[in-house]
Amino acid sequence: MSEIINLTILGGVNKEGADEPIRSVEISSGEIVGIVGPTGSGKSTLIDDIEQLAQGDTPTGRTILVNGEKPDANIRVDPRKKLVAQLSQNMHFLADMTVEEFLQMHARSRGKDESLVSRVIELANTLTGEPIAPHHHLTALSGGQSRSLMTADIAVISDSPVVLIDEVENAGIKKQEALQLLAGEGKIVVVVTHDPVLALMSSRRIVIRNGGMVDIITTSQEEQNVCCKISEVDNWLMSLRETIRRGDIVEQVA
Amino acid sequence: MKLVVVAGTPGSGKTSVLLHTIKALMRNEKRPAVVKVDCLWTDDDQRFKRLDIPVHVGLAKDMCPDHFTIYNTEEMLRWAEDEGADVLLSETAGLCLRCAPYPDECLAVCVIDVTTGPNTPLKVGPLLTTADIVVMTKGDLVSQAEREVFRERVLEVNPGCNIVEANGLTGKGAFELAELIRSGPDAVDNMLLRYNPPLAICSLCTGETRVARKHHMGVLRNLDGFMEYKGE
Repeated sequence: MSEIINLTILGGVNKEGADEPIRSVEISSGEIVGIVGPTGSGKSTLIDDIEQLAQGDTPTGRTILVNGEKPDANIRVDPRKKLVAQLSQNMHFLADMTVEEFLQMHARSRGKDESLVSRVIELANTLTGEPIAPHHHLTALSGGQSRSLMTADIAVISDSPVVLIDEVENAGIKKQEALQLLAGEGKIVVVVTHDPVLALMSSRRIVIRNGGMVDIITTSQEEQNVCCKISEVDNWLMSLRETIRRGDIVEQVA
Repeated sequence: MKLVVVAGTPGSGKTSVLLHTIKALMRNEKRPAVVKVDCLWTDDDQRFKRLDIPVHVGLAKDMCPDHFTIYNTEEMLRWAEDEGADVLLSETAGLCLRCAPYPDECLAVCVIDVTTGPNTPLKVGPLLTTADIVVMTKGDLVSQAEREVFRERVLEVNPGCNIVEANGLTGKGAFELAELIRSGPDAVDNMLLRYNPPLAICSLCTGETRVARKHHMGVLRNLDGFMEYKGE
């Protein structure tokens, strides 16, 4: 369902009610865009505006256009038609059911086939160190397992042309693989992050301050070079974690 | 006069959602008034008063709070009329899941907390199944998948309802709810309840405190499901 689309964010107001400096941002399919800014500055609120396809009817007054037009009211609410999949900060499950039951029910709510469930679990297990089984209870999953499961759920069941990611780095999950999996082919990915690897993997990043969009920075060649270097460091850290998790001895400095 | 009856489980965020909705209504030139019904105590009227609108508190005390709301509906409408309001928002205490306090010609709003888990919609009963609008709150505390599963469960028990995803902290959903209220029905005389209240009164209502079975009267139900009438 990754049809070519583009999103336009039309600026609204900041926390003081003043017009935000950036009046319009256009994002095309295949692009990864970062959202950066201090804690509490309104990054998640921008994500919420996109998720709801705001039409000047949220506290920020922003408007989101799809392919340059006002979206149909139906696609804002019906999960079967939803354009947007969201991986949120809150990842602990509250539903008291097994992984399998939950995924079946989610597939149903999105109008998808329930046979996708095993693929979700399989994919989730490529992102986390501790395997998830269908009979596990959702509420007993670790933070890393929950994030992996939701990432795979978005890639397989939600499979929407727009993916919003809020602070994916906060748990034990292979974040670059996760981002690549979510970005898929021709999707729009918007990622809220403080993580230098993820922020620099994006082609542009929107800077948020005091509830408003104040700047857009295009990732320079130099920043891309920095990104490659820190990815290596990051992968090394990840492999050290795995070594320690396995109960092995760390032997040498790479 | 439009009548909006807002019910929901305790702590689900009825008052917070209403506060944002009132602001959105006022921006649209509506004149809302609020009656807050609670059982024993409330200070929510202070929160409403800060919006500079007419507020009335009703404490049901010894009376069933839903019955109290229904019994006083005419008086509430009259009061709101006198205050120059054109929308009466009646927030109920909503404790009993056996009945629903919605008249036919009102906009019935059920507020439900997503963090209570996807089985909750099956437990809430007529409060949810006979509502026109179901407001899902605290969705920011769970994943999108869990919100969607919850939504599916709500639609299973109330297929015709409008679902609004709201956040009492940020005001998300308030504009949508205010729009639905603006296009809602006007209250009329001789309204009927949408759902039958529980069968007759029970002996606890009349002051019985003894636990032993022989002292109880009314329409009674055994643990095994057998139902009988005991009394005169």
